Amino acid sequence: MARIEFLGPIGKEPQELAISNLNELKEIFAKDEKLAEWLGICAVAVNDKIVKSTDMKINPNDKISLLPPVCGG
Amino acid sequence: MLELHDGSLDVPKITARWYEEIKDKNFGAFIPFIGIVRDEFGIDGLSFDIYEPILNSWFDTWQKKAKEQGAMLFMAHSKGDVLNHTSSYISAVVTPQRKVGLRLINDFVEDFKASAPIWKYDLIDGKRVYAKNRSQALSGAGLLA
Repeated sequence: MARIEFLGPIGKEPQELAISNLNELKEIFAKDEKLAEWLGICAVAVNDKIVKSTDMKINPNDKISLLPPVCGG
Repeated sequence: MLELHDGSLDVPKITARWYEEIKDKNFGAFIPFIGIVRDEFGIDGLSFDIYEPILNSWFDTWQKKAKEQGAMLFMAHSKGDVLNHTSSYISAVVTPQRKVGLRLINDFVEDFKASAPIWKYDLIDGKRVYAKNRSQALSGAGLLA
């Protein structure tokens, strides 16, 4: 199962989900009211690399991270 | 070199250490940028979360870019709480020549603001409040919306 981490201020515990691509994750998250305010503004990383397409294949043990807007310094 | 510290940065100590490290390596310019937490919006300070794996790879990419120009980058950032009038961020570039260094420090700090996976919170009455309206969405945001 892939592990999903919600970084920074999202404040949600990690989840483990059986998904084979990010489109499936998108469908699951669409039903999660707690994520509604975050999905439009979060970038997504797979195994610590930011990705730009939902067609990407997800393997078991992959780590998916949601990254909200940033402000270092 | 990238270093993360719990709480406020000891600016004189960190910058002196970096300077000692480079002063005899024939660089002509050492250009530091030091960020200091301002007393504004009624805050007592700021607080930071950092996602280190992506921060490390982001910094490594910039260090490589700097080396291609004969330069070297240093960066220190705070984790956790940093009170007003103390420092949470230092970066510095060392270069053979000033012009390359001034351009590089500007581009590096701009991209740091846009790309480094660091989340800022205002400290108000002992609580952390996400500085959402001062934050910037990363490139590619909204992929799962």
